[in-house]
Amino acid sequence: MLFTTLVVADETRIPTPSISKGEGEQCVEPTDVMRRDHMNFLMHQRDATVHQGVRTTKHSLTGCVDCHVQQDAEGKAIPVNAPGQFCESCHQYAAVSLDCFECHATTPDSASAAVSASAIP
Amino acid sequence: MSDEPRASEQKGRQARRQFLGRVGAAAAALALAPGVRLIDLAIARPANEPASSAQRWGMLIDTGKCASGCDACVRACNDEHGLEARHGPATDAQWIRKVTVRDRQSGASTSLPLMCQHCKHPPCVDVCPTGASFRRADGVVLVDKHTCIGCRYCMMACPYKARSFIHEQLDNQKSYAPRGKGTVESCTLCVHRIDEGRGRIPACAEACNGEGRRAMLFGDMSDPQSDISKELARNSGVQLRADLKLDLGIRYRGID
Repeated sequence: MLFTTLVVADETRIPTPSISKGEGEQCVEPTDVMRRDHMNFLMHQRDATVHQGVRTTKHSLTGCVDCHVQQDAEGKAIPVNAPGQFCESCHQYAAVSLDCFECHATTPDSASAAVSASAIP
Repeated sequence: MSDEPRASEQKGRQARRQFLGRVGAAAAALALAPGVRLIDLAIARPANEPASSAQRWGMLIDTGKCASGCDACVRACNDEHGLEARHGPATDAQWIRKVTVRDRQSGASTSLPLMCQHCKHPPCVDVCPTGASFRRADGVVLVDKHTCIGCRYCMMACPYKARSFIHEQLDNQKSYAPRGKGTVESCTLCVHRIDEGRGRIPACAEACNGEGRRAMLFGDMSDPQSDISKELARNSGVQLRADLKLDLGIRYRGID
């Protein structure tokens, strides 16, 4: 009885993040690895891309956004850093500031630009 | 023994490159009159290989072909990178701009596009306190906005006033052109296009060709076979403020 009360109290105090499913069956790494290390992958990729022009897509932030973005009722992309969305809900829960999207696009590029971006191997 | 497959793999890659080069050359020759190849046939660099100093990207701008009323290059750059007009030229981001220079004696004026000159010895890199301003191996001068603290020393150091500071919170950036408040930015020579390795030229040069002016010739200045190298060998053009000896990646003709 006491246990149940505790769980209920816990749930109301700190709502767990609502993590929407991304596109496809599997992320670029196993889910537990991504949970723990996505920031390291992104950090490594960012330096390689900016300084050396290495543009592999496996660990690119654009890739995160492309798969994890949700659409609203009108089919318009919702920014991944909007309240309740994939990136924001977890960062909110973990109380970690989300700086990527101060600069980076929060929705995939429009159709014509996306074609040229996806053509990069 | 263990080297063998690697060597053969490399040979295969080389053959593939040569083949692609030939196909590209044939396509270019078909598309245009002989000797008027406009787009350099860049050797495709795989996405997982870093940019190398074997190349040096640059541009030759023929001011004789640049019209004073035309700002197609500026518009194309703004569209490509999502630069929006906000509160006027004092604070708006400007990666490329049209400048009119006038000869005081004769009164003759020339119009030309001016952007980051992609120096070999960039003053912006010299003064940057965090290492955010850097020159990539293939000659493109960039800002790593992850490490830029927005101090704007580089803006003061640049003799060409090529850099802009972002004053306001932005949204709707392009995925290939991240931009954000508190950082400095400038022409990237459309590095996202270069890295595609498919011979795409910067948006400004593409727009200039689209207008039929063909005043901006982009290419690899290290490759003696490239159109830009051949043109420069014929007539080296001028570097702006050549007295500073910065060895610029952008060369001009018609303003000497």
